[in-house]
Amino acid sequence: MTEILFYSLSIIAIATSLLMIFHKNAMYSVLFLLACFFSIAGLFVMLNAQFLAVVHIIVYAGAIMVLFLYVIMFLNMSTPITIRKSKLVMFAAVLTGLMMAFLLVVSVWQTQAFGQHPEIVDQNIGLAKTLGKVLFNEYLIPFELTSILFISSMVGVVIFNKKEVEDE
Amino acid sequence: MNELINLKDQLRIIPLEHYVFLCIILFSIGVMGVLLRRNMIIVFLSIELMLNSINLLAVTFSVYHNDASGQAFVFFVMVVAAAEVAVGLAMLVLIFRNIKSVDINALNHLKW
Repeated sequence: MTEILFYSLSIIAIATSLLMIFHKNAMYSVLFLLACFFSIAGLFVMLNAQFLAVVHIIVYAGAIMVLFLYVIMFLNMSTPITIRKSKLVMFAAVLTGLMMAFLLVVSVWQTQAFGQHPEIVDQNIGLAKTLGKVLFNEYLIPFELTSILFISSMVGVVIFNKKEVEDE
Repeated sequence: MNELINLKDQLRIIPLEHYVFLCIILFSIGVMGVLLRRNMIIVFLSIELMLNSINLLAVTFSVYHNDASGQAFVFFVMVVAAAEVAVGLAMLVLIFRNIKSVDINALNHLKW
């Protein structure tokens, strides 16, 4: 049961991400990537990381993908854009990806270090309670710094668009 | 129902390498997308896919090693990805207003 779930979710993730790359219409690409994110969230749930699965769906499906779709509709560029013209560049790109995958798979295949399973598995490591304690004790300063990051990115976005208005 | 939740059995069924291979494949698809496409939006989406594969890898290792720090890092990666997308899409809109295109080959003023 678990095996079937894992392999079907990974096949869905790989297939939708491939479709995302090769589809000509940007709108469909965003929707395919959304399906890929949902299957990755399913893998998070299978790994007992419920909090991250929920946050993943909220942040990616709820915020980022909606932002992408909004920009695509706003720019009115749902017309198809071709993949690269040159066949040579296309072949080189695919070859680079395949070679990178091959290299990493071979290097992981040769590694024995993470082969054994843990003896004791903590069941509630991914729950919001445990993760909240970790986040607010060990990682309190980085957690506060992310708010500064958000504010600075927000100010940056506002400044980007304000300049444009003043120029016109 | 109990079989689904029992994590220890599940770790025994699916080896760690399979998760790592899945993450490698997703990451390579993301790299391929960045190199292959000219549409800036697809390039951004490929970067998101790469970040997600790294997130999945970090969660897998944190579960297999009984350490919650990995999941805290995944949280921070999500935060940075959200900020990056906000700034990146604002820049994309700005570029689109200036050159009326989202083709990255149109941005060749620094090329020569």
